[in-house]
Amino acid sequence: MRLRLEARPAPSRAMRYLSPLVATALTVVAGFIVFSGLGREPLAAFHAFFVRPVSSLNGLAELVLKASPLMLIATGLAIGYRANVWNIGAEGQLILGAIFGGGLALAFPGAESRWFLVLMVLAGATGGLLWAAIPALLRNRFNTNEILVSLMLVYVATLLLSYLVHGPWRDPQGFNFPQSRMFADAALYPILAEPTRLNAGFLVALGAVACGWLFIERSFLGYQMRVAGLAEAAARYAGFSSGRTVWIGMLAGGAAAGIAGVGEVAGPIGQLTSSVSPGYGFAAIIVAFVGRLNPVGIVFASLLMSLLYLGGESAQMELRLPSAITGLFQGMLLFFLLGSDVLVHYRVRLLPRAPAPREEAAA
Amino acid sequence: MGAESPAPRLALRGIRKAYPAVVANDGIDLAVLPGEIHAVLGENGAGKSTLMKIIYGVARPDAGEIRWEGRRIEVPSPQAARALGIGMVFQHFSLFETLTVAENVALALPGERDLAALARRIEEVSARYGLPLDPRRLVHSLSVGERQRVEIVRCLLLEPRLLIMDEPTSVLTPQAVRRLFETLRQLAAEGCSILYISHKLDEIQALCHAATVLRAGRVTGTCDPRRETASSMARMMIGKDLPVCEHAEARTSGEARLVLDGLCLPAQDPFGTELQDIRLRVHAGEIVGVAGVSGNGQQELLRALSGEVTLGRAEAVKLAGVAAGRLHPGRRRRMGLGFVPEERLGRGAVPTMTLSENTLLTAHRAAGMVRGGLVQRARLRAFALEAIGRFAVMCGGPEAEARSLSGGNLQKFIVGRELLQAPRMLVVSQPTWGLDVGASAFIRQALIDLRNAGAAILVISEELDELFEICDRIAVMAKGRLSPAARTRDTSVEEIGVWMSGLWPGAAPDAGEAARAPAP
Repeated sequence: MRLRLEARPAPSRAMRYLSPLVATALTVVAGFIVFSGLGREPLAAFHAFFVRPVSSLNGLAELVLKASPLMLIATGLAIGYRANVWNIGAEGQLILGAIFGGGLALAFPGAESRWFLVLMVLAGATGGLLWAAIPALLRNRFNTNEILVSLMLVYVATLLLSYLVHGPWRDPQGFNFPQSRMFADAALYPILAEPTRLNAGFLVALGAVACGWLFIERSFLGYQMRVAGLAEAAARYAGFSSGRTVWIGMLAGGAAAGIAGVGEVAGPIGQLTSSVSPGYGFAAIIVAFVGRLNPVGIVFASLLMSLLYLGGESAQMELRLPSAITGLFQGMLLFFLLGSDVLVHYRVRLLPRAPAPREEAAA
Repeated sequence: MGAESPAPRLALRGIRKAYPAVVANDGIDLAVLPGEIHAVLGENGAGKSTLMKIIYGVARPDAGEIRWEGRRIEVPSPQAARALGIGMVFQHFSLFETLTVAENVALALPGERDLAALARRIEEVSARYGLPLDPRRLVHSLSVGERQRVEIVRCLLLEPRLLIMDEPTSVLTPQAVRRLFETLRQLAAEGCSILYISHKLDEIQALCHAATVLRAGRVTGTCDPRRETASSMARMMIGKDLPVCEHAEARTSGEARLVLDGLCLPAQDPFGTELQDIRLRVHAGEIVGVAGVSGNGQQELLRALSGEVTLGRAEAVKLAGVAAGRLHPGRRRRMGLGFVPEERLGRGAVPTMTLSENTLLTAHRAAGMVRGGLVQRARLRAFALEAIGRFAVMCGGPEAEARSLSGGNLQKFIVGRELLQAPRMLVVSQPTWGLDVGASAFIRQALIDLRNAGAAILVISEELDELFEICDRIAVMAKGRLSPAARTRDTSVEEIGVWMSGLWPGAAPDAGEAARAPAP
């Protein structure tokens, strides 16, 4: 007996959109098993992980607060992913955004204008853009692999930020902690709902998602990107520039991640520290795929991913589970999603025995 | 050899094979006598290839029985088929380009170690059957016809009692076809049975002793092709009469719309073809055909014409008088160039997009499809509906995915999309490749109508019949060079066949010697 995957002639459209739900359900089921295996009461653990974090107003605000950078970055990445441009370095682009935006805030500690925040957002977008431009340029010029280049630049960005907050930008009154001065009020996003931490960054994210949707689904340029992703030869035949596709695909993700970086330092953190993101740039990759690379789906997926972050924190506190539990759940979600996608597109066949396939080629 | 056995060499009864989307064979009966050349005739998708795969052990039937010389058998693999004495020459060859002929043959003969002895056997067999072949040559230096000989000789070395030939003439010049037929007749006279798969009626009439006709997976008739007319066999094959195109004499205005002036292009990959000094003028109101065995530079020429590859010298391609060699495809399209590539799915259309969305691929300048950078979906839909209606595309409407269409209907849609933009110049590659007779006639007529409306049309095709049917002038591509264009009524299939081997009047001296065509 052996297994073979056989392409389905017409994969079900409904199942394509349902598979994120199937994956979520499977993640929950697997979570039950994990909790039981760790000796926790599964129902109580489930409650602590998935329900308690969102059973208060503050919890809901935190959910949206953490979902904002995820939906923002994922939308930017989806633009590239739809065109087969694989930006894996959003985390680094986020850090550069934080450095550019935060650097501006530190340079003008006396800023008072409301427009100063707009400048910071633009600076952050520029930072992310420039960081994403490196892999784009290298791919277009030297045909390098943008996956590797963008990923490796994450570590460069991390070290750059670390250097800045340990060195030149360190707060002189900060007792040698690796962090900058606190930003002025004008350099912070206004809070939307006191007393929670939910700030106007959420509106920026929603706006970006709307723009992303318009671009991908309705614009001619977005259409060209989709064609490039679905059928490269057709894009060449139509005369759509592949270099431009790479540029737009990389820069969209870079700018979104840069803005998300500003959102963190000008939002809940309020200063530059050596760690400005709990891996939003990587989690957003999962969000983009769980959301089917569709901005509307991405909004829901980012809420789910945000819940996993909150649940992970809650599980650390209440169940005394290690912080790796968050990564575990993220990984399970992606695994089950990819698994169900395979089964949407292929069916599994049991074959009686292996014939000699080499013969066919030599015939 | 059991040539004198009275039983059929191969008899199939009730063969059925279903794939997830389609029943490819449904209750097929077939009997091949010893020494008989038996045609399996049918349009694309009629189930010929599936049936041959079943006989050769590549696919297994869901139901039915196979009898070999009266004995019921199973054919679990191509190995088993060869052990029985069944050989097959595929339409698409399976040779290693970087190995010699003898090495390629040795790979198919288990336990063959002595290459020198094998080379002698190859020479023997090739001399005996009139298939001249040098066993020491590397396969990549061989013409398509020579490669086919390698495949045939490889089969013959196994002394087959049944030889399956899958559309063997689609890659050959007319002269090479005649030589192949002589070889096949000689083999049959020696008692070898031959299953000859084709959709070309004249070839089957010239060669075969019996024919089994398939349509939509079923046998629609058996006959002796020598006693039938082409139209009676066509009726069996397609269920109705062969359609004919109306083709009046060209009325050209004399304006040269599409001009190639000394186009040169280095080979893009190691086994690609270098284009050398291509010169051609296509006038408004005429169809010019480019004949030739594929692989002689047609792909390269098409890319240079469409702009998918840009040239160093802008004047090498002139569109309506403007030097366009350095312009990318979008710019050329704006100058009125339409283009129908031979790959429909994946190049001419995006498989998973709807027909509506696929109109935007090339027609985005027409009909206000894009406003302020945004796609006007109602316009796309209207355009798709018009293409579907005017070009009789059978589909589930403008929101059907491109891949859900049959090859012929998708080609009608793509041709429709290009024609509705009223191109001033149109380049079409293999317009009817793999299409059924009805769809082919429809597309040829559409091209002729566009010509009558004053467009300049360039058709690149391997089907000589097609070129002679629709073209006003025909040029031949051989080894990266293009012959002068001859007026269709002043030339003949014979002459074009000679040109296909690179030997046209005034051809460069080195063109003939290494030309990629098999005429010796």
